Amino acid sequence: MLVAVVATLFLHEILTPLEMIGGMVVGGAIGAMLARRVEMTSMPELVAAFNGFGGLASALVAGGEVARYLFSSSAAQTLSLDPLSPVTAVTIVLSVLVGMVTFSGSFVAFGKLNGLVSGNPISFLGMRLLTVLLVAGAFAAMGFVVWGTGDFPSVSEPVVWGLVALGIVALFLGILLVIPIGGADMPVVVALLNSYSGLAASATGFVLNNTALIVSGALVGASGLILTKIMCDGMNRSLLNVLLGGFGGEADTSSGGPVTKGDQQVQPTTADDVAILLTYAQKVIIVPGYGMAVAQAQHQVRELTDLLLEKGVMVKFAVHPVAGRMPGHMNVLLAEANVSYDLLFEMDEINGEFDSTDVSLVIGANDVVNPAARHDTSSPIYGMPILNVDRSQTVIILKRSMRPGYSGIENELFFAANTRMLFGDAKDSITQLVSEVKGL
Amino acid sequence: MLENLTYFVLAAFIGAEVISKVPQTLHTPLMSGSNAISGITVVGALVVAGMVGGSWAKWIGVAALIVAMINVVGGFMVTDRMLQMFKKKEPPQLKKGATDGVGGITPSSQKVNA
Repeated sequence: MLVAVVATLFLHEILTPLEMIGGMVVGGAIGAMLARRVEMTSMPELVAAFNGFGGLASALVAGGEVARYLFSSSAAQTLSLDPLSPVTAVTIVLSVLVGMVTFSGSFVAFGKLNGLVSGNPISFLGMRLLTVLLVAGAFAAMGFVVWGTGDFPSVSEPVVWGLVALGIVALFLGILLVIPIGGADMPVVVALLNSYSGLAASATGFVLNNTALIVSGALVGASGLILTKIMCDGMNRSLLNVLLGGFGGEADTSSGGPVTKGDQQVQPTTADDVAILLTYAQKVIIVPGYGMAVAQAQHQVRELTDLLLEKGVMVKFAVHPVAGRMPGHMNVLLAEANVSYDLLFEMDEINGEFDSTDVSLVIGANDVVNPAARHDTSSPIYGMPILNVDRSQTVIILKRSMRPGYSGIENELFFAANTRMLFGDAKDSITQLVSEVKGL
Repeated sequence: MLENLTYFVLAAFIGAEVISKVPQTLHTPLMSGSNAISGITVVGALVVAGMVGGSWAKWIGVAALIVAMINVVGGFMVTDRMLQMFKKKEPPQLKKGATDGVGGITPSSQKVNA
Protein backbone atom coordinates (compact mmCIF):
# COMPACT_ATOMS: atom_id res chain seq x y z
CA MET A 1 0.00 0.00 0.00
CA LEU A 2 2.67 2.46 1.03
CA VAL A 3 4.64 1.46 -2.04
CA ALA A 4 1.65 2.22 -4.22
CA VAL A 5 1.24 5.63 -2.65
CA VAL A 6 4.90 6.51 -2.98
CA ALA A 7 5.00 5.21 -6.54
CA THR A 8 2.04 7.34 -7.43
CA LEU A 9 3.74 10.34 -5.92
CA PHE A 10 6.81 9.76 -8.04
CA LEU A 11 5.15 8.75 -11.27
CA HIS A 12 2.95 11.76 -11.40
CA GLU A 13 5.73 14.03 -10.22
CA ILE A 14 3.40 15.26 -7.61
CA LEU A 15 4.95 17.84 -5.40
CA THR A 16 3.83 17.25 -1.88
CA PRO A 17 1.96 20.36 -0.90
CA LEU A 18 1.00 21.02 2.63
CA GLU A 19 -2.61 20.05 2.04
CA MET A 20 -1.61 16.61 0.92
CA ILE A 21 0.53 15.71 3.89
CA GLY A 22 -2.03 17.36 6.10
CA GLY A 23 -4.79 15.28 4.55
CA MET A 24 -2.88 12.06 5.03
CA VAL A 25 -2.01 12.86 8.63
CA VAL A 26 -5.54 13.89 9.54
CA GLY A 27 -7.14 10.90 7.81
CA GLY A 28 -4.57 8.49 9.21
CA ALA A 29 -5.00 9.81 12.72
CA ILE A 30 -8.79 9.52 12.60
CA GLY A 31 -8.55 6.00 11.22
CA ALA A 32 -6.01 4.94 13.83
CA MET A 33 -8.08 6.39 16.62
CA LEU A 34 -11.22 4.60 15.45
CA ALA A 35 -9.38 1.31 15.05
CA ARG A 36 -7.73 1.48 18.48
CA ARG A 37 -10.72 2.49 20.52
CA VAL A 38 -13.43 0.32 19.06
CA GLU A 39 -14.88 -2.43 21.21
CA MET A 40 -15.01 -5.82 19.55
CA THR A 41 -18.77 -5.85 20.05
CA SER A 42 -19.00 -2.67 17.95
CA MET A 43 -17.11 -4.22 15.09
CA PRO A 44 -20.12 -4.46 12.75
CA GLU A 45 -20.68 -0.71 13.04
CA LEU A 46 -17.05 0.05 12.40
CA VAL A 47 -16.88 -2.17 9.34
CA ALA A 48 -20.04 -0.52 8.02
CA ALA A 49 -18.58 2.94 8.61
CA PHE A 50 -15.32 2.05 6.90
CA ASN A 51 -17.26 0.75 3.92
CA GLY A 52 -19.01 4.09 3.79
CA PHE A 53 -15.74 6.02 3.86
CA GLY A 54 -14.41 3.85 1.04
CA GLY A 55 -17.45 4.60 -1.09
CA LEU A 56 -17.27 8.32 -0.36
CA ALA A 57 -13.59 8.41 -1.26
CA SER A 58 -14.30 6.79 -4.63
CA ALA A 59 -17.11 9.19 -5.42
CA LEU A 60 -14.96 12.17 -4.41
CA VAL A 61 -12.05 11.07 -6.56
CA ALA A 62 -14.32 10.73 -9.58
CA GLY A 63 -15.77 14.17 -8.84
CA GLY A 64 -12.28 15.60 -8.43
CA GLU A 65 -11.33 14.16 -11.79
CA VAL A 66 -14.10 16.17 -13.40
CA ALA A 67 -13.28 19.29 -11.40
CA ARG A 68 -9.77 18.97 -12.71
CA TYR A 69 -11.00 19.83 -16.19
CA LEU A 70 -12.79 22.90 -14.99
CA PHE A 71 -11.45 26.25 -13.92
CA SER A 72 -8.08 25.63 -15.49
CA SER A 73 -8.13 25.20 -19.21
CA SER A 74 -4.54 26.39 -19.51
CA ALA A 75 -3.29 23.97 -16.89
CA ALA A 76 -5.26 21.25 -18.58
CA GLN A 77 -3.33 21.91 -21.74
CA THR A 78 0.01 21.77 -20.03
CA LEU A 79 -0.93 18.40 -18.59
CA SER A 80 -2.12 17.44 -22.08
CA LEU A 81 -5.34 15.95 -20.80
CA ASP A 82 -7.26 13.80 -23.18
CA PRO A 83 -10.68 15.20 -23.84
CA LEU A 84 -13.27 13.55 -21.66
CA SER A 85 -14.51 10.66 -23.75
CA PRO A 86 -17.98 9.20 -23.30
CA VAL A 87 -16.35 5.99 -22.09
CA THR A 88 -14.53 7.83 -19.33
CA ALA A 89 -17.75 9.66 -18.55
CA VAL A 90 -19.52 6.33 -18.07
CA THR A 91 -16.89 5.20 -15.59
CA ILE A 92 -17.12 8.53 -13.76
CA VAL A 93 -20.88 8.34 -13.34
CA LEU A 94 -20.64 4.71 -12.22
CA SER A 95 -18.01 5.63 -9.69
CA VAL A 96 -20.12 8.48 -8.31
CA LEU A 97 -23.30 6.39 -8.25
CA VAL A 98 -21.85 3.32 -6.55
CA GLY A 99 -19.66 5.40 -4.26
CA MET A 100 -22.48 7.58 -2.99
CA VAL A 101 -24.93 4.68 -2.59
CA THR A 102 -22.26 2.86 -0.57
CA PHE A 103 -21.65 5.95 1.53
CA SER A 104 -25.22 6.72 2.56
CA GLY A 105 -26.21 3.05 2.73
CA SER A 106 -23.31 2.24 5.01
CA PHE A 107 -24.11 5.04 7.38
CA VAL A 108 -27.72 3.98 7.62
CA ALA A 109 -26.44 0.46 8.36
CA PHE A 110 -24.08 1.99 10.93
CA GLY A 111 -27.02 3.74 12.58
CA LYS A 112 -29.09 0.58 12.61
CA LEU A 113 -26.26 -1.45 14.09
CA ASN A 114 -25.47 0.88 16.96
CA GLY A 115 -29.08 1.70 17.66
CA LEU A 116 -29.23 5.30 16.38
CA VAL A 117 -31.80 4.17 13.84
CA SER A 118 -34.44 1.60 14.69
CA GLY A 119 -33.38 -1.92 13.80
CA ASN A 120 -36.87 -2.58 12.52
CA PRO A 121 -37.46 -2.49 8.82
CA ILE A 122 -38.71 1.00 8.09
CA SER A 123 -41.10 1.57 5.25
CA PHE A 124 -43.65 4.15 4.29
CA LEU A 125 -46.36 4.48 1.73
CA GLY A 126 -44.97 4.73 -1.77
CA MET A 127 -41.43 3.86 -0.75
CA ARG A 128 -40.99 1.29 -3.48
CA LEU A 129 -42.29 3.79 -6.00
CA LEU A 130 -39.89 6.43 -4.71
CA THR A 131 -37.01 3.98 -5.00
CA VAL A 132 -37.94 3.21 -8.60
CA LEU A 133 -38.21 6.92 -9.35
CA LEU A 134 -34.80 7.54 -7.82
CA VAL A 135 -33.26 4.76 -9.86
CA ALA A 136 -34.82 6.28 -12.97
CA GLY A 137 -33.55 9.70 -11.91
CA ALA A 138 -30.06 8.33 -11.40
CA PHE A 139 -30.07 6.82 -14.88
CA ALA A 140 -31.37 10.07 -16.35
CA ALA A 141 -28.60 12.03 -14.65
CA MET A 142 -26.04 9.51 -15.84
CA GLY A 143 -27.31 9.76 -19.40
CA PHE A 144 -27.29 13.53 -19.15
CA VAL A 145 -23.64 13.56 -18.07
CA VAL A 146 -22.49 11.14 -20.73
CA TRP A 147 -24.45 13.01 -23.39
CA GLY A 148 -22.93 16.30 -22.26
CA THR A 149 -19.35 15.16 -22.61
CA GLY A 150 -19.23 15.99 -26.31
CA ASP A 151 -18.73 19.69 -25.71
CA PHE A 152 -16.90 19.26 -22.42
CA PRO A 153 -15.11 21.19 -20.96
CA SER A 154 -16.06 24.23 -23.06
CA VAL A 155 -19.70 23.70 -22.15
CA SER A 156 -19.44 22.29 -18.66
CA GLU A 157 -22.89 22.88 -17.17
CA PRO A 158 -24.60 19.63 -18.16
CA VAL A 159 -21.76 17.52 -16.86
CA VAL A 160 -21.27 19.36 -13.59
CA TRP A 161 -24.94 19.70 -12.73
CA GLY A 162 -25.63 16.21 -13.91
CA LEU A 163 -22.98 14.88 -11.56
CA VAL A 164 -24.20 16.94 -8.63
CA ALA A 165 -27.74 15.72 -9.24
CA LEU A 166 -26.52 12.16 -9.56
CA GLY A 167 -24.62 12.43 -6.29
CA ILE A 168 -27.70 13.67 -4.45
CA VAL A 169 -30.01 11.09 -5.99
CA ALA A 170 -27.52 8.34 -5.14
CA LEU A 171 -27.37 9.54 -1.53
CA PHE A 172 -31.11 9.15 -1.13
CA LEU A 173 -31.08 5.88 -3.02
CA GLY A 174 -28.53 4.45 -0.60
CA ILE A 175 -30.71 5.41 2.35
CA LEU A 176 -33.85 3.97 0.79
CA LEU A 177 -32.11 0.74 -0.08
CA VAL A 178 -31.01 0.01 3.48
CA ILE A 179 -33.79 1.31 5.76
CA PRO A 180 -36.35 -1.35 4.77
CA ILE A 181 -33.96 -4.12 5.78
CA GLY A 182 -34.38 -5.58 9.24
CA GLY A 183 -31.73 -6.13 11.89
CA ALA A 184 -31.40 -9.85 11.32
CA ASP A 185 -30.50 -9.31 7.68
CA MET A 186 -27.65 -6.95 8.55
CA PRO A 187 -24.92 -9.54 7.85
CA VAL A 188 -26.07 -9.56 4.23
CA VAL A 189 -26.16 -5.77 4.04
CA VAL A 190 -22.72 -5.32 5.55
CA ALA A 191 -21.23 -7.88 3.17
CA LEU A 192 -23.00 -6.36 0.19
CA LEU A 193 -21.87 -2.83 1.04
CA ASN A 194 -18.36 -4.21 1.38
CA SER A 195 -18.70 -5.47 -2.16
CA TYR A 196 -20.05 -2.10 -3.36
CA SER A 197 -17.13 -0.23 -1.84
CA GLY A 198 -14.80 -2.46 -3.85
CA LEU A 199 -16.75 -1.93 -7.04
CA ALA A 200 -16.68 1.83 -6.48
CA ALA A 201 -12.91 1.70 -6.06
CA SER A 202 -12.66 -0.34 -9.22
CA ALA A 203 -14.78 2.14 -11.16
CA THR A 204 -12.48 4.89 -9.93
CA GLY A 205 -9.60 2.85 -11.27
CA PHE A 206 -11.24 2.91 -14.70
CA VAL A 207 -11.65 6.67 -14.41
CA LEU A 208 -7.99 7.21 -13.61
CA ASN A 209 -6.78 4.37 -15.80
CA ASN A 210 -5.03 2.97 -12.73
CA THR A 211 -4.52 -0.80 -12.76
CA ALA A 212 -3.79 -1.10 -9.06
CA LEU A 213 -7.16 0.42 -8.26
CA ILE A 214 -9.02 -1.74 -10.76
CA VAL A 215 -7.47 -4.96 -9.50
CA SER A 216 -7.82 -4.30 -5.79
CA GLY A 217 -11.34 -3.00 -6.27
CA ALA A 218 -12.32 -6.11 -8.20
CA LEU A 219 -10.82 -8.35 -5.51
CA VAL A 220 -12.80 -6.61 -2.82
CA GLY A 221 -15.94 -6.60 -4.93
CA ALA A 222 -15.66 -10.35 -5.49
CA SER A 223 -14.91 -11.05 -1.84
CA GLY A 224 -17.92 -9.04 -0.72
CA LEU A 225 -20.17 -10.80 -3.18
CA ILE A 226 -19.06 -14.22 -2.00
CA LEU A 227 -19.68 -13.27 1.61
CA THR A 228 -23.07 -11.96 0.59
CA LYS A 229 -23.89 -15.25 -1.04
CA ILE A 230 -22.72 -17.24 1.99
CA MET A 231 -24.92 -15.09 4.23
CA CYS A 232 -27.94 -15.50 1.94
CA ASP A 233 -27.42 -19.26 1.81
CA GLY A 234 -27.23 -19.25 5.60
CA MET A 235 -30.76 -17.91 5.64
CA ASN A 236 -32.02 -19.77 2.60
CA ARG A 237 -33.20 -16.53 1.07
CA SER A 238 -32.33 -14.91 -2.21
CA LEU A 239 -30.42 -11.66 -2.30
CA LEU A 240 -33.38 -9.98 -3.93
CA ASN A 241 -35.64 -11.16 -1.14
CA VAL A 242 -33.30 -9.66 1.44
CA LEU A 243 -32.93 -6.38 -0.43
CA LEU A 244 -36.65 -5.93 -0.87
CA GLY A 245 -36.65 -6.05 2.89
CA GLY A 246 -39.54 -5.69 5.26
CA PHE A 247 -38.78 -9.08 6.77
CA GLY A 248 -39.96 -9.26 10.37
CA GLY A 249 -38.41 -6.92 12.87
CA GLU A 250 -37.83 -6.57 16.55
CA ALA A 251 -41.01 -7.38 18.34
CA ASP A 252 -42.41 -4.99 20.85
CA THR A 253 -40.04 -5.31 23.78
CA SER A 254 -42.41 -4.21 26.49
CA SER A 255 -45.09 -6.86 26.29
CA GLY A 256 -43.05 -9.97 25.60
CA GLY A 257 -44.46 -13.09 24.02
CA PRO A 258 -46.86 -15.58 25.51
CA VAL A 259 -45.60 -18.14 27.98
CA THR A 260 -48.08 -20.78 26.97
CA LYS A 261 -48.88 -22.29 23.64
CA GLY A 262 -51.82 -24.60 23.60
CA ASP A 263 -51.28 -27.08 26.39
CA GLN A 264 -47.53 -26.58 26.34
CA GLN A 265 -45.91 -24.27 28.78
CA VAL A 266 -42.53 -22.68 28.98
CA GLN A 267 -40.42 -24.25 31.72
CA PRO A 268 -38.21 -21.75 33.47
CA THR A 269 -35.19 -22.92 35.40
CA THR A 270 -32.59 -21.53 37.74
CA ALA A 271 -28.86 -21.03 37.57
CA ASP A 272 -28.04 -23.72 40.13
CA ASP A 273 -30.09 -26.34 38.27
CA VAL A 274 -28.33 -25.47 35.03
CA ALA A 275 -24.96 -25.55 36.78
CA ILE A 276 -25.63 -29.09 37.99
CA LEU A 277 -26.78 -30.17 34.54
CA LEU A 278 -23.69 -28.72 32.92
CA THR A 279 -21.22 -30.08 35.44
CA TYR A 280 -22.48 -33.64 35.23
CA ALA A 281 -22.89 -33.63 31.48
CA GLN A 282 -20.43 -35.40 29.24
CA LYS A 283 -20.87 -33.18 26.27
CA VAL A 284 -22.08 -29.60 26.09
CA ILE A 285 -22.57 -27.55 22.94
CA ILE A 286 -22.78 -23.79 23.30
CA VAL A 287 -24.70 -21.90 20.64
CA PRO A 288 -23.86 -18.18 20.77
CA GLY A 289 -26.04 -15.57 19.10
CA TYR A 290 -26.52 -11.85 18.87
CA GLY A 291 -27.76 -11.78 22.47
CA MET A 292 -24.28 -12.72 23.65
CA ALA A 293 -22.85 -9.76 21.74
CA VAL A 294 -25.43 -7.35 23.14
CA ALA A 295 -24.81 -8.50 26.71
CA GLN A 296 -21.03 -8.57 26.09
CA ALA A 297 -21.03 -11.94 27.76
CA GLN A 298 -18.20 -13.50 25.78
CA HIS A 299 -15.66 -13.32 28.63
CA GLN A 300 -18.05 -14.97 31.07
CA VAL A 301 -18.75 -17.63 28.45
CA ARG A 302 -15.03 -18.29 28.21
CA GLU A 303 -14.76 -18.59 31.98
CA LEU A 304 -17.62 -21.06 32.05
CA THR A 305 -16.04 -23.02 29.22
CA ASP A 306 -12.70 -23.24 31.03
CA LEU A 307 -14.39 -24.40 34.22
CA LEU A 308 -16.34 -27.11 32.44
CA LEU A 309 -13.26 -28.25 30.54
CA GLU A 310 -11.41 -28.50 33.82
CA LYS A 311 -14.18 -30.68 35.17
CA GLY A 312 -13.79 -32.97 32.20
CA VAL A 313 -16.86 -31.94 30.26
CA MET A 314 -16.47 -31.86 26.52
CA VAL A 315 -17.41 -28.37 25.38
CA LYS A 316 -17.94 -27.31 21.80
CA PHE A 317 -19.27 -24.19 20.18
CA ALA A 318 -21.69 -24.27 17.26
CA VAL A 319 -21.56 -21.11 15.17
CA HIS A 320 -24.30 -20.48 12.66
CA PRO A 321 -23.18 -18.54 9.56
CA VAL A 322 -25.61 -15.67 10.17
CA ALA A 323 -25.33 -15.52 13.96
CA GLY A 324 -24.74 -11.92 14.96
CA ARG A 325 -24.76 -8.86 12.79
CA MET A 326 -21.92 -9.44 10.37
CA PRO A 327 -20.12 -12.38 8.83
CA GLY A 328 -17.94 -14.04 11.45
CA HIS A 329 -19.27 -11.85 14.27
CA MET A 330 -19.39 -14.62 16.89
CA ASN A 331 -15.93 -15.88 15.98
CA VAL A 332 -14.39 -12.45 16.59
CA LEU A 333 -16.08 -12.09 19.96
CA LEU A 334 -15.06 -15.56 21.11
CA ALA A 335 -11.53 -15.00 19.87
CA GLU A 336 -11.42 -11.76 21.82
CA ALA A 337 -12.37 -13.69 24.95
CA ASN A 338 -9.60 -16.21 24.18
CA VAL A 339 -11.83 -19.15 23.43
CA SER A 340 -9.63 -21.59 21.57
CA TYR A 341 -10.86 -21.90 18.02
CA ASP A 342 -10.38 -25.65 18.17
CA LEU A 343 -13.63 -25.60 20.08
CA LEU A 344 -15.52 -23.66 17.40
CA PHE A 345 -17.44 -25.58 14.77
CA GLU A 346 -19.40 -24.49 11.76
CA MET A 347 -22.97 -25.59 11.32
CA ASP A 348 -22.33 -28.44 8.89
CA GLU A 349 -19.52 -29.84 11.00
CA ILE A 350 -21.45 -30.04 14.21
CA ASN A 351 -25.08 -30.57 13.26
CA GLY A 352 -24.76 -34.35 13.42
CA GLU A 353 -23.46 -34.21 16.98
CA PHE A 354 -26.50 -32.82 18.73
CA ASP A 355 -28.01 -36.30 19.03
CA SER A 356 -25.14 -37.31 21.30
CA THR A 357 -25.12 -34.08 23.26
CA ASP A 358 -26.31 -33.88 26.83
CA VAL A 359 -26.85 -30.15 27.11
CA SER A 360 -27.13 -27.46 24.45
CA LEU A 361 -26.64 -24.01 25.88
CA VAL A 362 -28.24 -21.41 23.62
CA ILE A 363 -26.98 -17.94 24.50
CA GLY A 364 -29.00 -15.20 22.88
CA ALA A 365 -29.68 -17.08 19.66
CA ASN A 366 -33.20 -17.64 18.45
CA ASP A 367 -34.13 -18.00 14.80
CA VAL A 368 -31.03 -20.04 13.99
CA VAL A 369 -32.24 -22.77 16.36
CA ASN A 370 -35.96 -22.66 15.54
CA PRO A 371 -37.03 -26.17 14.48
CA ALA A 372 -39.94 -24.66 12.54
CA ALA A 373 -37.43 -23.97 9.79
CA ARG A 374 -37.20 -27.72 9.25
CA HIS A 375 -40.83 -28.76 9.10
CA ASP A 376 -43.26 -25.85 9.19
CA THR A 377 -43.82 -24.86 5.58
CA SER A 378 -45.90 -21.88 6.63
CA SER A 379 -43.09 -20.40 8.71
CA PRO A 380 -41.32 -17.42 7.15
CA ILE A 381 -37.99 -19.02 7.95
CA TYR A 382 -38.96 -22.42 6.50
CA GLY A 383 -35.99 -23.94 4.72
CA MET A 384 -33.38 -21.93 6.55
CA PRO A 385 -30.57 -24.21 7.68
CA ILE A 386 -30.60 -24.34 11.46
CA LEU A 387 -28.60 -25.82 14.29
CA ASN A 388 -30.46 -28.91 15.48
CA VAL A 389 -30.22 -28.15 19.19
CA ASP A 390 -33.65 -29.64 19.79
CA ARG A 391 -32.15 -33.08 19.20
CA SER A 392 -29.91 -32.87 22.23
CA GLN A 393 -31.07 -34.30 25.51
CA THR A 394 -31.64 -30.96 27.23
CA VAL A 395 -31.73 -27.49 25.77
CA ILE A 396 -31.03 -24.53 28.00
CA ILE A 397 -32.00 -21.20 26.51
CA LEU A 398 -30.60 -18.00 27.95
CA LYS A 399 -32.91 -15.18 27.09
CA ARG A 400 -33.97 -11.86 28.47
CA SER A 401 -37.67 -12.39 27.91
CA MET A 402 -40.13 -14.36 25.83
CA ARG A 403 -40.03 -11.94 22.96
CA PRO A 404 -39.43 -13.47 19.56
CA GLY A 405 -36.20 -13.04 17.63
CA TYR A 406 -35.53 -10.53 14.92
CA SER A 407 -37.61 -12.36 12.40
CA GLY A 408 -40.55 -11.67 14.69
CA ILE A 409 -41.70 -15.27 14.79
CA GLU A 410 -42.36 -17.45 17.75
CA ASN A 411 -39.93 -20.24 18.49
CA GLU A 412 -41.57 -23.58 19.21
CA LEU A 413 -38.30 -24.76 20.72
CA PHE A 414 -39.10 -22.71 23.83
CA PHE A 415 -42.14 -24.88 24.45
CA ALA A 416 -40.47 -28.22 23.82
CA ALA A 417 -40.45 -30.81 26.61
CA ASN A 418 -36.66 -30.95 26.78
CA THR A 419 -36.22 -27.17 26.87
CA ARG A 420 -35.56 -25.11 29.97
CA MET A 421 -35.49 -21.33 29.90
CA LEU A 422 -33.06 -19.32 31.98
CA PHE A 423 -34.38 -15.79 31.89
CA GLY A 424 -32.21 -12.74 32.46
CA ASP A 425 -29.33 -10.81 30.99
CA ALA A 426 -26.90 -13.26 29.43
CA LYS A 427 -23.92 -11.79 31.22
CA ASP A 428 -25.55 -11.96 34.65
CA SER A 429 -26.89 -15.44 34.03
CA ILE A 430 -23.54 -16.80 33.00
CA THR A 431 -21.74 -15.06 35.86
CA GLN A 432 -24.16 -16.85 38.20
CA LEU A 433 -23.58 -20.11 36.38
CA VAL A 434 -19.84 -19.70 36.77
CA SER A 435 -20.05 -19.20 40.52
CA GLU A 436 -22.50 -22.10 40.88
CA VAL A 437 -20.27 -24.43 38.89
CA LYS A 438 -17.28 -23.34 40.95
CA GLY A 439 -19.18 -24.24 44.10
CA LEU A 440 -19.95 -27.76 42.95
CA MET B 1 -10.32 0.33 -21.80
CA LEU B 2 -10.47 -3.24 -23.03
CA GLU B 3 -7.25 -3.97 -21.20
CA ASN B 4 -8.68 -2.51 -18.03
CA LEU B 5 -11.80 -4.62 -18.38
CA THR B 6 -9.61 -7.69 -18.73
CA TYR B 7 -7.79 -6.82 -15.52
CA PHE B 8 -11.12 -6.32 -13.81
CA VAL B 9 -12.55 -9.65 -14.86
CA LEU B 10 -9.38 -11.59 -14.09
CA ALA B 11 -9.01 -9.98 -10.69
CA ALA B 12 -12.63 -10.73 -9.90
CA PHE B 13 -12.06 -14.39 -10.74
CA ILE B 14 -8.94 -14.60 -8.62
CA GLY B 15 -10.74 -12.87 -5.79
CA ALA B 16 -13.68 -15.26 -5.97
CA GLU B 17 -11.38 -18.26 -6.13
CA VAL B 18 -9.22 -17.23 -3.18
CA ILE B 19 -11.88 -15.85 -0.92
CA SER B 20 -14.25 -18.78 -1.20
CA LYS B 21 -11.56 -20.76 0.63
CA VAL B 22 -11.47 -18.48 3.66
CA PRO B 23 -13.04 -20.21 6.68
CA GLN B 24 -16.10 -18.74 8.34
CA THR B 25 -14.04 -17.97 11.45
CA LEU B 26 -12.07 -15.31 9.64
CA HIS B 27 -14.90 -13.64 7.76
CA THR B 28 -14.89 -10.48 9.83
CA PRO B 29 -11.16 -9.80 9.53
CA LEU B 30 -11.49 -10.70 5.85
CA MET B 31 -14.13 -8.08 5.42
CA SER B 32 -12.34 -5.33 7.29
CA GLY B 33 -9.10 -6.22 5.56
CA SER B 34 -10.60 -6.19 2.09
CA ASN B 35 -12.30 -2.95 2.98
CA ALA B 36 -8.94 -1.47 3.87
CA ILE B 37 -7.68 -2.64 0.50
CA SER B 38 -10.52 -0.82 -1.21
CA GLY B 39 -9.15 2.25 0.54
CA ILE B 40 -6.52 2.09 -2.16
CA THR B 41 -8.61 4.87 -3.67
CA VAL B 42 -6.14 6.89 -1.64
CA VAL B 43 -3.91 6.55 -4.71
CA GLY B 44 -6.57 8.16 -6.83
CA ALA B 45 -7.05 10.82 -4.21
CA LEU B 46 -3.35 11.59 -4.31
CA VAL B 47 -3.42 11.86 -8.08
CA VAL B 48 -6.36 14.21 -8.05
CA ALA B 49 -5.11 16.28 -5.12
CA GLY B 50 -1.70 16.62 -6.68
CA MET B 51 -2.82 17.68 -10.13
CA VAL B 52 -2.29 21.26 -11.06
CA GLY B 53 -5.96 21.90 -11.32
CA GLY B 54 -8.27 24.51 -9.96
CA SER B 55 -8.70 24.88 -6.26
CA TRP B 56 -11.91 22.85 -6.55
CA ALA B 57 -10.08 19.81 -7.79
CA LYS B 58 -7.52 20.20 -5.08
CA TRP B 59 -10.01 20.45 -2.22
CA ILE B 60 -12.12 17.60 -3.45
CA GLY B 61 -8.90 15.64 -3.71
CA VAL B 62 -7.86 16.51 -0.16
CA ALA B 63 -11.28 15.50 1.16
CA ALA B 64 -10.99 12.22 -0.72
CA LEU B 65 -7.51 11.78 0.67
CA ILE B 66 -8.65 12.19 4.28
CA VAL B 67 -11.53 9.78 3.86
CA ALA B 68 -9.42 7.21 2.05
CA MET B 69 -6.70 7.41 4.70
CA ILE B 70 -9.26 6.78 7.44
CA ASN B 71 -10.24 3.72 5.50
CA VAL B 72 -6.73 2.41 4.92
CA VAL B 73 -5.15 3.12 8.30
CA GLY B 74 -8.24 2.29 10.35
CA GLY B 75 -9.04 -0.79 8.28
CA PHE B 76 -5.61 -2.33 8.51
CA MET B 77 -5.14 -1.54 12.19
CA VAL B 78 -8.44 -3.03 13.20
CA THR B 79 -7.82 -6.08 11.03
CA ASP B 80 -4.48 -6.51 12.73
CA ARG B 81 -6.12 -6.22 16.13
CA MET B 82 -8.55 -8.96 15.23
CA LEU B 83 -5.93 -11.23 13.73
CA GLN B 84 -3.85 -10.90 16.89
CA MET B 85 -6.78 -12.32 18.79
CA PHE B 86 -6.95 -15.30 16.48
CA LYS B 87 -3.34 -16.20 17.11
CA LYS B 88 -2.81 -19.35 19.05
CA LYS B 89 -2.44 -18.57 22.71
CA GLU B 90 -1.08 -21.62 24.45
CA PRO B 91 0.35 -20.34 27.76
CA PRO B 92 -2.98 -19.97 29.60
CA GLN B 93 -3.92 -23.53 28.66
CA LEU B 94 -0.56 -24.91 29.72
CA LYS B 95 -1.04 -23.55 33.22
CA LYS B 96 -4.17 -25.61 33.55
CA GLY B 97 -2.36 -28.65 32.22
CA ALA B 98 -3.03 -30.63 35.40
CA THR B 99 -6.62 -31.32 34.49
CA ASP B 100 -6.19 -31.53 30.76
CA GLY B 101 -5.98 -35.28 30.56
CA VAL B 102 -9.56 -35.80 31.58
CA GLY B 103 -10.70 -35.94 28.01
CA GLY B 104 -12.88 -32.91 27.62
CA ILE B 105 -10.46 -31.20 25.34
CA THR B 106 -10.31 -31.58 21.61
CA PRO B 107 -7.50 -33.76 20.30
CA SER B 108 -5.39 -31.00 18.77
CA SER B 109 -4.97 -29.00 21.95
CA GLN B 110 -4.28 -32.17 23.87
CA LYS B 111 -1.42 -32.98 21.59
CA VAL B 112 0.14 -29.61 22.24
CA ASN B 113 -0.21 -30.03 25.94
CA ALA B 114 1.09 -33.56 26.10
